[in-house]
Amino acid sequence: MSVLVAEGLRKRFGANEAVAGVSLAVEPGEMLALIGPNGAGKSTCFNMLGGQLRPDEGAVRLGGQDVTGMAPRHLAHLGVGRTFQITASFASMTVRENVQTALLAQKRQAWRFWQAADAQHVGLAEGLLARVGMASQAERPAGVLAYGDLKRLELAMALAGDPVLLLMDEPTAGMAPAERAALMALVRGIARDQGVAVLFTEHDMDVVFGQADRVLVLDRGRLIAQGTPEAVRADPRVRAVYLGTAA
Amino acid sequence: MDLIFLQLLTGLAGASTLFLVAAGLTVIFGVTRVVNFSHGSLYMLGAFIAWSLLSRLPREPDYFVLGVLGAAVATAVIGAVLEVVLLRRIYRAPELLQLLATFGVVLVVQDVALWVWGPVDLSLPRPRWLRGAVEIAGLRFPFYDLVLIVVGPAVLGGLLLLFHRTRWGLLVRAATQDRDMVAALGVDQRVLFTSVFALGAGLAGLGGALALPQGSANLNMDLSVIAEAFVVVVVGGMGSLGGAFLAALLIGVLQAFGIALVPKITLVLVFLVMAAVLVVRPHGLLGKPQAMARGEVEALAPIRPAGPALQVLGLVALLAAILAPFVAGPYLLSVLTEAAVAVLFAASLHVMMGPGGMASFGHAAWFGVGAYAAAFAAKGLGAGMAVGLLLAPFAAGALALLVGAFVVRMSGVYLAMLTLAFAQIAWAVAFQWVEVTGGDNGVLGVWPDGWAADKPTMYWLALLLCVGGALVLRRALFAPFGFALRATRDSALRAEAIGLDAHRLRLAAFVLAGAGAGLSGAVFAYAKGSVFPTYMAIPHSVDALVTVLLGGVQTMAGPVVGAVTFTVLQSWLLMGDFWRIKLGLLIIALVLAFPTGIAGAASAVWDRWRGRAA
Amino acid sequence: MPVSRRTLLAAGAATVAAPGLLRAQSTSAPIRIGEINSYTAIPAFTLPYRMGWQLAVEQVNAAGGVLGRKLEVISHDDAGKPQDAVRLAGALLDETKVDVLAGGFLSNVGLAMSDVAKQRKRLFVASEPLTDALVWEQGHRYCYRLRPSTYMQVAMMVDDAVKLGAKRWVTVSPNYEYGQSLVKWFKLLMQQRQPGIEFVAEQWPALGRIDAGATVAALAQARPDAIFNGTFGPDLTNFVRQGNTRGLFEKRGVVSVLTGEPEYLEPLGDETPEGWIVTGWPVESVTDASNAGFIAAYRAKFGEMPKMGSVVGHATITAIAAGIAKSGSVDTEAMADGFKGAKFPTPFGEAYWRAQDNQGTLGTYVGRTAVKGGKGVMVDWRYADGASAMPTDEEVRKLRPV
Ligand SMILES: Nc1ncnc2c1ncn2[C@@H]1O[C@H](COP(=O)(O)OP(=O)(O)O)[C@@H](O)[C@H]1O
Ligand SMILES: [Mg+2]
Repeated sequence: MSVLVAEGLRKRFGANEAVAGVSLAVEPGEMLALIGPNGAGKSTCFNMLGGQLRPDEGAVRLGGQDVTGMAPRHLAHLGVGRTFQITASFASMTVRENVQTALLAQKRQAWRFWQAADAQHVGLAEGLLARVGMASQAERPAGVLAYGDLKRLELAMALAGDPVLLLMDEPTAGMAPAERAALMALVRGIARDQGVAVLFTEHDMDVVFGQADRVLVLDRGRLIAQGTPEAVRADPRVRAVYLGTAA
Repeated sequence: MDLIFLQLLTGLAGASTLFLVAAGLTVIFGVTRVVNFSHGSLYMLGAFIAWSLLSRLPREPDYFVLGVLGAAVATAVIGAVLEVVLLRRIYRAPELLQLLATFGVVLVVQDVALWVWGPVDLSLPRPRWLRGAVEIAGLRFPFYDLVLIVVGPAVLGGLLLLFHRTRWGLLVRAATQDRDMVAALGVDQRVLFTSVFALGAGLAGLGGALALPQGSANLNMDLSVIAEAFVVVVVGGMGSLGGAFLAALLIGVLQAFGIALVPKITLVLVFLVMAAVLVVRPHGLLGKPQAMARGEVEALAPIRPAGPALQVLGLVALLAAILAPFVAGPYLLSVLTEAAVAVLFAASLHVMMGPGGMASFGHAAWFGVGAYAAAFAAKGLGAGMAVGLLLAPFAAGALALLVGAFVVRMSGVYLAMLTLAFAQIAWAVAFQWVEVTGGDNGVLGVWPDGWAADKPTMYWLALLLCVGGALVLRRALFAPFGFALRATRDSALRAEAIGLDAHRLRLAAFVLAGAGAGLSGAVFAYAKGSVFPTYMAIPHSVDALVTVLLGGVQTMAGPVVGAVTFTVLQSWLLMGDFWRIKLGLLIIALVLAFPTGIAGAASAVWDRWRGRAA
Repeated sequence: MPVSRRTLLAAGAATVAAPGLLRAQSTSAPIRIGEINSYTAIPAFTLPYRMGWQLAVEQVNAAGGVLGRKLEVISHDDAGKPQDAVRLAGALLDETKVDVLAGGFLSNVGLAMSDVAKQRKRLFVASEPLTDALVWEQGHRYCYRLRPSTYMQVAMMVDDAVKLGAKRWVTVSPNYEYGQSLVKWFKLLMQQRQPGIEFVAEQWPALGRIDAGATVAALAQARPDAIFNGTFGPDLTNFVRQGNTRGLFEKRGVVSVLTGEPEYLEPLGDETPEGWIVTGWPVESVTDASNAGFIAAYRAKFGEMPKMGSVVGHATITAIAAGIAKSGSVDTEAMADGFKGAKFPTPFGEAYWRAQDNQGTLGTYVGRTAVKGGKGVMVDWRYADGASAMPTDEEVRKLRPV
C-alpha cells in the first residue's frame, strides 16, 4: 500500500492557482522526485502534504488515513518528517540540542518541567548526527552553521521521529555538487533500509536522475509528466517547459 | 439630533488631537522600528516651548501660527539631537533596548522641564479669537476645535504627500519595507533615520503646541498622552499613518459618546477599544504583519547553563543573601526583601520574554492579581498567610490562562500592547470596584502571620519563595519544556514540524509567567502590609521590563542581576533629590555600555578572558 | 515663573544636606521629623509645600526649638507610589531614627503611611491627604491629619450651595477616591438640606486626562441649573476653557472645591469664571496679622508669594511642634495622647487637634471667584473654621470604629 496518496490537490493564492489538481502516490522505500521550474508550485504541494497549508480541494491520505488539512504537529507524530526550502532550525541551541529537542518532541516528552533536557537522548542524538555527517559539529550553535550543514541538521531532525515519509523541499540547495550527491545517496540508503518513502524536489538534474526511482514534473500547478527518470528525461513536453530545449 | 451632531464634532476635534500625537510615533516606528517611549516627553516639550514663544509674541493669529511652528521645529531639533546622540548608537541592539533608552530620556526630560519651567502649570492667556465659538444648530462650538478638526486631516494629507510625492518620502517608504535594500541603493541610512526621527519629534511638538490653548503646559503631560498615543498607533497598525488616523477617529468619537453614556468608562475606554480591535485584527486596522525586526536575530544567541565558576558565584551570592539579616539593618533588609520580590517578578517576565520571545508591557497585572488575591485571602476570607500565598499564583495563573488564549496568538509589539490593554483593564477594575478592592485607597492591613511578622523572618520567607520560585522557573527553562519553548521562539515552523504545539507551549509560558508574578505580588503584599492599584499600573510594568533588559534578556542570570541592581539603585536614588535625572542618565549609560544587559556583558567578558587563558 | 530656579535649587540642597548619620538621642540632639511627599509626581503643590515647612523649621528653631531641642526634617520623595512611601517610612523609622512621620499628598500614600504607623506603633501626622478614611474608617490612635477632609471641604460650602436654590445639579469630579468621596458627600449633604434636589448627570474624567470638550458637552446636555466640580490642576484649566467657550457656566451656579487655592487659580488667569463658590486661600487680600506675618516672612525668604501648599507645609511643622511641646516628650505613646487638644498657630489663625478623631481644625477660606487685573482672585470670602465643619461627636463615633 502507498505510504502517501494525494488526490486532486488544489491551492489558490488570490487569482493565482499555484497548484491546480495534483495527484500522486509514494510507495515505501521509494525515492520520488517532484521537479519543475521556479514557481511551478512544488513548495506549495509540499506545504499541503506537510500540513503547513490547507488544500482548497483534494485529499491527502497517509497510510490509508485521511489527513487532509491536519496540523503539521499531528502529522509529525504520524511519521511525517520534513525539511524546508528555507532552512528552519533552532538558532539558540547547539546542533545536538536541536536534535534532542526533536527527539523529545517526537517522543511526546516536551511537557516535562524538571529534568535537564540536555541529558536526554544524548546517544540517540549523536547517532543521528553521525548518520548525516554532523557528529563533529554537535556542540556548535546552530545559528552559525553553513547552509549545507543546516540542511544536514534538518535531515537529522526529520529522522528523529523514525518517519515513514520524508518530505524534502530542495534538501541540497546551497551545497557543493559532490555534497549533494552524497547527501541524497544517504537519503536513498535510509529509504531502502528502513522502507521510508521519500518525496523530494531538486534542481540538480544529475542528482534527480541519479537517485530518484520515479520523477513527477510540475508546471504551472499541473503535473505534465511522470515516470522513470529515463522516460521523463525523454519526454518532449518536459524538455520544452522545463529543460528549456525546444522539442 | 443637534446634540448628537455636536458630540460628533467634539469627537472629531478629540480625534484630531489624538492623531497629531500619534502620527509622529507611527512614522518613527515605521522606519526605525524604535518604540519611542519618550514621544510623550517631546509632546510636553512642544507645549512648554510653545508657551515660552507665544507668551512673548503678539496675540494675533499669524503670530500664533508662527509660534506653534517654531515650537514644532525646536522639538524636531531636539529629536534630531536625541537620535544622533543616543538612538543611533543602539540601532543594532535588540529593539526593546531602545525602548529602555527612551524610558531613560523620559526621566531626564521630567527633571529638565521642572528645572526650566518650574512646577506651576503654565497656561497661555487666550486672545479673543482663540476663545471664540461658532453657533452650530443653536449651540456654541469652540472655533479652535473647528481649527483642530481641519488641522488633523491637513497634517495627514501633508504627510501622505511628503511620503508619496518626494524622493525623500520614496526612500523612507522603501526603508519601511526593506532597510537593507535602501542601504544597497547607496543612501545614507543614518541621515534618513535622523530626518525621520526629527519629523516624528516635530509632529509630537506640533501636537503639544496645538494642545496648549486648550489648557496648560504642565509636567504631567508626557505620561498622560504616551499610553493613548501608543494605543492609537497600535489600533491603527504600527507604521500606518492612515491607520493611525482611522484609529484616532474611532477612539475620539467613541470617547465623546462613551463618556456621555457611561461616565465612569474614562479610565479604560481606549484600552477596551484596543483589546477589541487586536483580538479581531491582530495587526491593527491597517497594519501588516511585521517582518522579523532587526536585533531579533542577535537575540537568538545560545543560552548556556551556568558554568562551574558562575555556579560558585551564584551559591556565594545566595549564601550571602541568606546570612544578610545577621548584619543588615531593618531598612536594608526591607530593600533586600523588595529585591527578592523583584527577582521573581523579573524572572517570571523573563520566561515569556526571553525563551518565550513574547515581551509584555503589562506584566504588573499578574503581580497585582497575586497581591489582591493575598489581600482578599487576608481580609475577605480572614485566612492565614499560607492561604494567600497559595491562592495568589493560582489566581494569577488562571487569569493569565484566560488572557493568554488571546495574547499568545500574536507577536512583537502587538502582543506587548495587548498585554498592556489587559493590564490596564485589570488596573481599572481594581481602581473602580471600590466595594471589593477599596479603589485607589487600596487594601490595608495585609500583614503577615505572627510567626513571620519580624523583618528577618519575612525576608527569609521572601527569599525562599521568590528566589526559590525563580530557581524553579530556571529549572523548567533547562528542562524539555524550556527547550520546546525556545524551539517555538526560534522557529515556529520547525517546532510544529517536529510535533510541538507552539500555541500551547507559549500559553504555558504565559501562565507560568503569570503565576510567578502572582506569587511575587503576594509576597510583596505581605511584606508591605498593603495592596494598591499602583501595583498593576503601567509604571510597575515598565519596572519589570527595565529590570529584565538591564540584566540582559538572553542570559538566565539576567533577571536576577537586573532585579538586584535596579531595586537597590532605585531605592538608593529615591532617597536623594533629582533622582529622576540621575536614574535616567544611569539607564542611558547602562544601555550604551551594555547593550546586552549587565549579565550579558559580564558573560561576554568572562568568555573572552577564559578564551585567552585557554 | 512663579517658583524660580534658584529657589528650587535652594530647596533641593536643603533636603540633601538634612540627613545626618547621628544616632545619639541625647536631649540636645535635634528632634527628627521624617517627611515623605510626592515631590516629583505633584510638584505644583508639593514644592511650595516644602518651602513652607522649611520656613517653619527655621522659625521654630530660631525661637528656641521644642523642649529645648531643635527640629530637623528629613524629607523624601515617594514618586506618587504608596509602596515607595512604605519603604521610605521604614527607612526613616529604622535608619534615620526619626521621632515622628509626616507628609503625604495622595490619599493612598497617606493611608499606606498611616497603616505603617499603626503596625509599628509610631506617630504619623498626615499633612495634605484629604480622604475621610484617614481619621474615620481607617483611623487609629497613631495617625493625625491636618487639613480639612473631603467631608469638611464639602460641608463648608453647602450653605452657599443651598442658597443657589438650584434644583437640577450635575457633578464633575476626577475618577478616583478623592473625587468620588467629594461627590458622595455633596449629594448626601445637599439632599439633607434641600429635599427635592435632583442630580441629573455626572462626569468622571480620568485624573490628568480629561477630555474637556466631551465632558463639557455631556454636562450641557443635561441642562443643569448648577454644577458641582471636583477637578483641579491641568484638568480644571482644560475644563474651564472649554466650559467658557461653550457657555456652560453662564447663568449657572458652580460650586468648586479647591479652585480658590493659588496653585490652581493662577493657571486660570483671566479666564477664571466669575462667581463660582470655591474653597481656597485669598492670598492677595488677607490682611489679618497671622496671614500677613506668614506671607511677609515667606516672601522675604523665597522672594515669591506663598501658595496653599506653603500654608500646609508650614502648619504641619507648627502643629507637630505644638503637639510635642504639649506631650512633653517624643515618646510615641506620650505623643499619641499628648497631641489631642494641642493648640497650634497656623497662617490662618490658631487651630487644634480634635481629641475625638485626631483631625486638625485648620480651616480653609470659602468665597467667590472673580477676575482682577487679568488674574483670578477670591472675593466675598470668609474663613471657614475646620472645627465648625466637622460632624458631631456622636456621628464621628459611628464613623470611627476605634
Ligand atoms: N503564501 C503565498 N501567497 C501568495 N502566493 C504564493 C504563496 N506561496 C506561493 N505563492 C505563489 O504560488 C506559486 C507557486 O509557488 P511555489 O510553490 O513556491 O513554487 P516552487 O516551489 O515550485 O518554486 C508562485 O507563483 C508563488 O508566487
Ligand atoms: Mg519552492
